[in-house]
Amino acid sequence: MTPFDTLTAPAVPLRLANVDTDQLLPGRFLRKPRSDGYDNYLFHDVRRGPDGTPRPDFPLNDPRWAGAPILVADRNFGGGSSREGAVYALVDAGIRAVIAPSFGDIFYSNAIKNGLLPIRLPIAEVERLWAIAEADSTAPLTIDLTARTVRPANAEPVGFEIDAFHRACLLAGTDDIDLTLAHADALAGFERADHAARSWRVPSA
Amino acid sequence: MAPALACRPAPATLRPMAAPTTLFEKIWRQHCVVERDDGQALLWIDRHLCHEGSFHAFDKLAHSGRKVRRPDLTFAVADHYVPTRDRAAGPRDPEIATMIRLLGQNAAANGVRLFGLDDPDQGIVHVVAPELGLTQPGITLVCGDSHTSTHGAFGALAFGIGASEVAHVLATQALWQKRPRTLRVSVDGRLGAHVTAKDLILAVIARIGADGAAGHVVEYAGEAVRALSMEARMTVCNMTIEAGGRAGMIAPDDTTFDWLHGRRYAPKGADWDAALVDWRGLASDPEAMFDREIVLDAAAIAPTVTWGTSPEHALPVTATVPDPAAEPDAGRRATLAAALAYMDLAPGTPLDGIAVDRVFIGSCTNARLDDLRAAAAVLKDRRAAVPLMVVPGSSAVKRAAEAEGLDRVFVAAGAEWLDSGCSMCAATNGDMVAPGQRCASTTNRNFRGRQGPGARTHLMSPAMAAAAAVTGRITDVRRLAS
Repeated sequence: MTPFDTLTAPAVPLRLANVDTDQLLPGRFLRKPRSDGYDNYLFHDVRRGPDGTPRPDFPLNDPRWAGAPILVADRNFGGGSSREGAVYALVDAGIRAVIAPSFGDIFYSNAIKNGLLPIRLPIAEVERLWAIAEADSTAPLTIDLTARTVRPANAEPVGFEIDAFHRACLLAGTDDIDLTLAHADALAGFERADHAARSWRVPSA
Repeated sequence: MAPALACRPAPATLRPMAAPTTLFEKIWRQHCVVERDDGQALLWIDRHLCHEGSFHAFDKLAHSGRKVRRPDLTFAVADHYVPTRDRAAGPRDPEIATMIRLLGQNAAANGVRLFGLDDPDQGIVHVVAPELGLTQPGITLVCGDSHTSTHGAFGALAFGIGASEVAHVLATQALWQKRPRTLRVSVDGRLGAHVTAKDLILAVIARIGADGAAGHVVEYAGEAVRALSMEARMTVCNMTIEAGGRAGMIAPDDTTFDWLHGRRYAPKGADWDAALVDWRGLASDPEAMFDREIVLDAAAIAPTVTWGTSPEHALPVTATVPDPAAEPDAGRRATLAAALAYMDLAPGTPLDGIAVDRVFIGSCTNARLDDLRAAAAVLKDRRAAVPLMVVPGSSAVKRAAEAEGLDRVFVAAGAEWLDSGCSMCAATNGDMVAPGQRCASTTNRNFRGRQGPGARTHLMSPAMAAAAAVTGRITDVRRLAS
């Protein structure tokens, strides 16, 4: 995955709460191979009208924010299913960071695994970022993962919290299976001891 | 490059528990392989369930040249893409057929037991695993599906994971997790007549919101929860994810042990006795502290339905569609208005009486034998006024329902009695609600487009869905039953 360090780019304001995984990626696209790219499925049904034509009022269809790699949304972004395809769709469409007051837990974890930075900010800060992006669609935000800050141009930076482990994984672009296998001895030891204590836990028909 | 952070052994492996602990903490400690200074723990996983959607993870594994570490702890079930009609003919859509075939190939290549399309025990993974006794108290269980929270009904720590984490568990049988916070939801008193586990959990979600339990493991407790059957407990834990919860749990008790005893993969003989000793110690200690507590009065819960596009949009069936104009916050006002526009509902409309186009009874939330009995009790000697699909949660549930004649009640009412799978809940197998159609559904998500593009979903209990089928409208089942 692509490491994330800093990013200076415009943001798309998405004034929507509960942007669930089914809106991000409708279930019927889950069978598509990743190698084809998931970008065309992102918000597939939400961004189109009943006749299939793009809805001009949907921010991601608005040419003013075309190519902006940061999404700023309302609470509970990515709530719902565990489908990692929701993250693939964002990543393949060029989104590198999502800012929202809260995220679905599984989505959040999937995002970290794919180099997509989820940033939790209070709703008041989100409102401010919406206002900035709507006033000037080219206004850049600077996200600094090392410093854990989001800074609009000509404004004070605002800090955000992120787990040290998640930050390290994103900064390094880590495959955490390698990380886990570094604990191979501890894992094997646990496996033996656990089996000795509770052998009945291994299912047998 | 891996971030170099110190590891130390999990505390529980070194010293006995002193302070009162919760059910969650007992399981967490017992499964902690290493814990890092930054709060991340490597958890051992006792059970890993896969379905067709796990192909992304098997692909990752194959590309990295890794194998499944513990195929004996890994089980595969075909559910998301299986046809519910003309099963013998197989899926018509070649992409869907490929999904089912890939699961079989991946399972065979890795020595994983498969419950495939033709297996007599095929069904929805969250129905099948408990039925077979694979789900047990005190275990950690994961699956690449958010409704894995279902299995917490047995006092297991069970949660949904994404494809990268599925690949990680396949390769290592462990998973990095940050310790979640704990929330206890106590439901005092008894549920009223025709008020079910579905109504209870919808009431909880409406109260705390679709992200109200984010970052938390929820333990359900109280007299009303103790009184629930295993099937009903599974319904409650299943929908914990709809409140954003990491996992839902209920302490195991005699209801749990009686249900589990004698099932195929449950411990047997002396193993059962040893397991029982372990399981009886799992319940949260009386003095254990939770990070948050919520208390509900069971008697105040009515049959509940959703009106909007999030499970938090739930109200008693006696209520009316809310008015966005009454919402002071502009953001929330816009969200409510958008939900009503999508659902084509006007503020002030009584929920009881909204016409529906079709009814779906199925899903990992509400398609177990108890659920089908409740629906059949309402449909007996009545006719469905709108198309009604009944999809049993598993092939075993289907056989059991047929053995007691429930299929004849459904068919006599004009319903389609179909084969088991996720069907119109996930809408990935081609079973979909048509654009603009309104569906009374026993499923778990009323998201936009969840049941098909433009579909309008109203979540409710099996008895309420049956009542809606009879009248063609959302109907307070208490009126129909009395």
